[in-house]
Amino acid sequence: MPPPSYAGPVETAWYYGFRLICAFIFIFLITPILVIIPLSFNVEPYFTFTQGMLTFDPDAYSLRWYKDFISNTQWTHSVQNSFIIAIAATILATVLGTLAALGLSNSNMPYRSLTMGLLISPMIVPLIISAAGMYFFYSNIGLDQTFLGIILAHTALGTPFVVITVTATLVGFDQSLIRASANLGANPTTTFFKVIMPLILPGVISGALFAFITSFDEVVVVLFLAGFDQRTIPRQMWSGIREQISPTILAVATILVMISIALLATLELLRRRSERLRGISPG
Amino acid sequence: MTDQTAAGGVVLAADGTPLKASLNRALRRNRIRAVMLVAPLLLFILFSFLIPIFDMTFRSVDNWHVGTLMPKTSAALAGWDGKDIPEEPVFVALVADLQAGAKSRQIGKVGTRLNYEKSGLRGMITSSARKSKRLKEGPYKAKVLKMHKKWRDLETWAVIKRNTAPYTIGYYLNAVDMKYGQTGEIVMQPENRRIYGKLFIRTFAISLAITVICVILAYPISFLLATLPLRYSNLLMIFVLLPFWTSLLVRTTAWIAMLQSQGVLNDLFVFFGLVDDENRLQLIHNLTGTIIAMTHILLPFMVLPLYSVMKTIPPTYMRAALSLGANPVVAFVRVYMPQTLSGIGAGSVLVFILSIGYYITPALVGGTDGTLISNQIAYHMQSSLNWGLAGALGAILLASVLALYLLYNRIVGIDNMRLG
Repeated sequence: MPPPSYAGPVETAWYYGFRLICAFIFIFLITPILVIIPLSFNVEPYFTFTQGMLTFDPDAYSLRWYKDFISNTQWTHSVQNSFIIAIAATILATVLGTLAALGLSNSNMPYRSLTMGLLISPMIVPLIISAAGMYFFYSNIGLDQTFLGIILAHTALGTPFVVITVTATLVGFDQSLIRASANLGANPTTTFFKVIMPLILPGVISGALFAFITSFDEVVVVLFLAGFDQRTIPRQMWSGIREQISPTILAVATILVMISIALLATLELLRRRSERLRGISPG
Repeated sequence: MTDQTAAGGVVLAADGTPLKASLNRALRRNRIRAVMLVAPLLLFILFSFLIPIFDMTFRSVDNWHVGTLMPKTSAALAGWDGKDIPEEPVFVALVADLQAGAKSRQIGKVGTRLNYEKSGLRGMITSSARKSKRLKEGPYKAKVLKMHKKWRDLETWAVIKRNTAPYTIGYYLNAVDMKYGQTGEIVMQPENRRIYGKLFIRTFAISLAITVICVILAYPISFLLATLPLRYSNLLMIFVLLPFWTSLLVRTTAWIAMLQSQGVLNDLFVFFGLVDDENRLQLIHNLTGTIIAMTHILLPFMVLPLYSVMKTIPPTYMRAALSLGANPVVAFVRVYMPQTLSGIGAGSVLVFILSIGYYITPALVGGTDGTLISNQIAYHMQSSLNWGLAGALGAILLASVLALYLLYNRIVGIDNMRLG
């Protein structure tokens, strides 16, 4: 887009100067993420661009680190663990969080803001403190170095996101629909699944996505609670960076970037659907 | 539905009960339903999260070691006036406790605990416990005093007596670079051992610097995103959202690839002749690395609230100011900026809260001078095993975060928090 035709030289200079500054900031944001993609195809075991890579020599590129990722049992285990933990934690967090959000958006809920504060506290407390607290407590009751312990911990960390997104969706929810449904003879369960759920689904799904990514990306609690058998992808990357730095990490990172692009697309679709739905519903 | 009215003028519901009572009952039922819906999560958070946090902060005042593992000595010292080395009865109790502790192999914990307050006491306790096995009969005082020279030091006894109390503020004193002096008064640590005060100041300073840089970087791009037509801004938004959704470890790894001495940035600098190949810049494993990587990671948290505030500002205000004769700079500073203050406030508090509790990135790219208070907490949790001190540092950090959160709540309101 060109500057407006009435702009003087100063305005034109400012117009392009401002866009240049913005371009630099956008480059700062995106470059690190894009840089790792070509680096992950490096044939050499380094984190740097080799001479061959810069001249686009096909021999300088390889799938070596991707093969290493697939054939290394430590990595494949960590992928499996990450999915087990994240899926279990997401299901728990979504169910508990959605129910709580329904209760919280009821105007008759006593001590509403206090309860809300307590429920979202896992999001506010610095992770290192949560991890330290859980480490002591879960070791005392024998839940350290178990899948159950990590799943419970990640559920706690994920629920605030579900509570917040579902509560936000319920703001636009017309409460009289519930009464209408009851009036027409539906019991509360039917009302929930047939009337409430379809309308708040976008909020529930985006909350679930947040819970999933929270668990999938979480490493501090895992550092404290997990044993060798519960190592997740981020935990494996952590020791990869700390102990034996190899481009396999970059291959994993590239795959994770692809996953986040997919997530981003899903969320955008949900947002559009939610806007469309809200456009037709009153309130 | 038709209203029915009873003789006394009371409005009745359909089933004949007074309407007021009927409404109250419905309200109560409604409230119970709301509480029942919230209860499962509240109980879950209570047990899986709040109690563990409380348990950890409790460790920062818990002082069970001496009272539990040396019960006889603790009782015997109760009447000690602190003016002179205690008398024989205390030593009888001490030897009994040391022997019992050596047998149960628990006495080392007392030594470790006492060592936090005065170095050298761990050695005294463990060696005396070992030697105490050979002591068959009294009088013990002279024999114990010969075991280790620290027994002859009045301060040792003061430390032991002080720690017979079940609770202590010792860890908190330690966390703010103070300690008990010779006679039990509270003094500052010697200059070269004051580390936590500096670390807290550094954590706050780094967080503040990151927050300020984030405001400076986020403001122009949020403005651009908010003023461009939607089809362009939605595309550019990907530049903000993709980093936001990318794994933290991935972004940290990416910055290692960017910043290391053979990394992309240094390669570019050398290529353009800004830096000699021999003197590549040290950009990582120091303060610079921490600030660059954390700014990148936290920038989306500043852009998103700022963007959502700027989106609500009608562009007509700026045009009105310009047509009333303000020059663009004045119009921007006096008309546009004041309206974005709430967004700046919300984003700043959010970024600041997140950065003072940051652990992963400083641990991986921070080196020694780029680490924050969280890293010290992790060190005391995992390496030095001084859990009381970890608890005290954690409690101070938690208190600062909660205070900031209340501020955030005042500015934004938790109900208005937007994600994604």
